Amino acid sequence: MYGNDVIDPNVPLNAAETAAYDEAAAHVEGRAVGEASAEGFDALIAADQRIEPRDAMPDKYRETLIRQIAQHAHSEIIGMQPEGNWITRAPSLRRKAILIAKVQDEAGHGLYLYSAAETLGVDRAELLDRLHDGKQKYSSIFNYPTLTWADNGAIGWLVDGAAIMNQVPLCRCSYGPYARAMIRVCKEESFHQRQGFEILWTLMRGTEAQRAMAQDAANRWWWPALAMFGPPDTGEAAKGGGHTEQSMAWGIKRFANDDLRQKFVDMMVPQADKLGIVLPDPDLRWNEERGHYDFGDIDWGEFWRVLRGDGPCNAERIEHRRSAHAEGAWVREAATAYAAKQASRRQESAA
Amino acid sequence: MSGAQTPPTEQAAGTAADSPPVAPERSWPLWEVFVRGKRGLSHVHAGSLHAPDAAFALRNARDVYTRRQEGVSIWVVRADDITASSPDEKDSFFDPAADKIYRHPTFYDVPDDVEYL
Repeated sequence: MYGNDVIDPNVPLNAAETAAYDEAAAHVEGRAVGEASAEGFDALIAADQRIEPRDAMPDKYRETLIRQIAQHAHSEIIGMQPEGNWITRAPSLRRKAILIAKVQDEAGHGLYLYSAAETLGVDRAELLDRLHDGKQKYSSIFNYPTLTWADNGAIGWLVDGAAIMNQVPLCRCSYGPYARAMIRVCKEESFHQRQGFEILWTLMRGTEAQRAMAQDAANRWWWPALAMFGPPDTGEAAKGGGHTEQSMAWGIKRFANDDLRQKFVDMMVPQADKLGIVLPDPDLRWNEERGHYDFGDIDWGEFWRVLRGDGPCNAERIEHRRSAHAEGAWVREAATAYAAKQASRRQESAA
Repeated sequence: MSGAQTPPTEQAAGTAADSPPVAPERSWPLWEVFVRGKRGLSHVHAGSLHAPDAAFALRNARDVYTRRQEGVSIWVVRADDITASSPDEKDSFFDPAADKIYRHPTFYDVPDDVEYL
């Protein structure tokens, strides 16, 4: 099935196009209108209401959110690098323009999220310092290299697809500024996933070498994409004591990692079929009884190794981020000096 | 406008006290961004950003918040210049409105068969 099929425009390509997203968006609007009389943090959480920046909140809730939103923001800006790597080598002007727009979106997503984190009383510059010093992490998916052009397709399709699956429930997060930022992000991610799918779709209808390149990219990105949902947190694993239970109670997290991962696999298998790509998992098969696809074991050893810093690109990503920040310092200094000069001129002319 | 209650005066109330020493860019003020989606609608709070001055804030706001034609007009306001009501005083502050139910049309008993009332 190398390419005579056409995409049915009515079939949702990703979670941002499904009812789940509409529900979350409607939920937000409904809640804003039905402002409850609930008082205090616990009552607001119990009533499924939003917590806003100036509301009283437990220190732990604030810390958890700062950590999660910062890590999310860091992931967005570090995520500019794997694809930014291909801007000068995109195969056509069209692809290049699209890639630039996508990388710019990632920067924008980072800014929405830093802005949301700042409402919790932390400074963006401080968060960037923590990223540069390795004190805060970003998604370990970005520590994998983009070896061929097809990797840009695989990232859009698999990595952004997994990100959307994770992020749509965050549109209903109990913390208002985070939820509002996520609504904006999810809308834009939809373009990201579709452009990735289209890159692979085009390659899969190309030459033998192009098909092999697309297949190779999918082989390399499939397992890291599944690991993006985080370690197992249901059944036996739930007793290990991760953040999941508390975050669910606080309405920061809405679904367990394992549930989102299963949803993702169920959504991607038919899309892979459509592309003609074989997902690199011999254990992947439909389970009639469960009504879901079964899939093989994820290599969590690798996940932890990469997260701890031993991935193919960890050092490179942080080094690049640090040097970009340092090399941009003169621009920030010049802008500050210009603003100060203009302000003093205005003062003089007013005097 | 749900965003209106989130001006960054809370920065001072937050953990600013234990922030490290101030580097130059840290002194860039925070600006709140309001976007008019289309003609006929009011400006709505979209988010915030840091910028050295108003002109930069406006340009950055265009790039960050209106990449997909989300707006036909943008306001940027220094976050420091916004005065917000406090959630702690919510009750006493808004109470005067709660006990004047005669301000609502449903307060009045009128015959059912009167039209256009």
